[in-house]
Amino acid sequence: MIRMPMEGKVLKENDRIALALREQYAAQGVLCLNLVSSPGSGKTSLLERTLERWPTGHAVAVLTGDIQTENDAQRLRRFGFPVKQITTGGTCHLDARMIQRALEDWRLQDLDVLLLENVGNLVCPSSYDLGEAAKVVVLSVTEGEDKPLKYPSMFFKSELMVINKTDLLPYVPFAIEKAVENARRVHADLEILKLSCLTGNGLTEWMQWLVSRRNSFLAGVQRPVPDSSCV
Amino acid sequence: MHEMGIANAILEAVVTEATRLNGQHPSRVGVRIGELAAVDPEALHFCFDALVRGTDLEPLELDIELCPRKHRCPQCDEVFPVVDYFTECPRCGGLRTEFVSGDELELAFLEVDDQ
Repeated sequence: MIRMPMEGKVLKENDRIALALREQYAAQGVLCLNLVSSPGSGKTSLLERTLERWPTGHAVAVLTGDIQTENDAQRLRRFGFPVKQITTGGTCHLDARMIQRALEDWRLQDLDVLLLENVGNLVCPSSYDLGEAAKVVVLSVTEGEDKPLKYPSMFFKSELMVINKTDLLPYVPFAIEKAVENARRVHADLEILKLSCLTGNGLTEWMQWLVSRRNSFLAGVQRPVPDSSCV
Repeated sequence: MHEMGIANAILEAVVTEATRLNGQHPSRVGVRIGELAAVDPEALHFCFDALVRGTDLEPLELDIELCPRKHRCPQCDEVFPVVDYFTECPRCGGLRTEFVSGDELELAFLEVDDQ
């Protein structure tokens, strides 16, 4: 019996495509964010409120993933921005190839921000790099405040945690400070925003975060030389 | 439940490697999985065995090395495993420690029969 070392990531094919996507986003100055959460935490609602408030003069597009139905894309299309549904047909996460295929007939150079809505699942999407600049994890107050401890991978890999449905705080036994403390135990530098997609509380701060995150993204990548050969 | 896709990716790597082995039969493949990788070892074993069964790769076995989350203290350079989310440095008590490893999902080794 001979033992030989093997090298590389198990998901190297996904990572290879994700890297290619990341390079395209950088070349075209497109901030890509990957929204993740349990089912029902409010990813689609947050996207609705975001598109509703989208500043004129900036271009945004959304890819929204679900196992079945076009429901989310229909909800999001009424704001007039490009929206495409990715139905995974059973797969519990988006992978980089699905994103690459969905982007085939879009011109990345026309975009400033690309928002990805992952399949509702706090486990599997954390393993698949989609080329995004950052993951944003949404946690709603109707879930347990110990979710960051139960699903550490997702909270560890996210840059921002959005605590949604804060309008329900008077009615549910959710200790928001405990949720923050748990999230920071998993990820000490996690940024945190609290908001309600229903009342609109906290959405101004979320829109400001998007603007500042795009600015820091652009500052971090070399600005593109206008190039018509890409995508 | 994405362990089936991960098991499949491991097997693709084994098949790629095996084509370079001049007929030597791979008997065991090793992977490293970090505690923050969001992969369940038991489910991965189950999926791996299901995919191998009835193929030329049988009786290929999977060896999983579980890797704990490790942090480094920038003050005293201590590297330590993080147990139960306590990231404070056990040596000097430093509160701001840095992530070192624990999200691995990597290929480690391949064993082949030397016949």
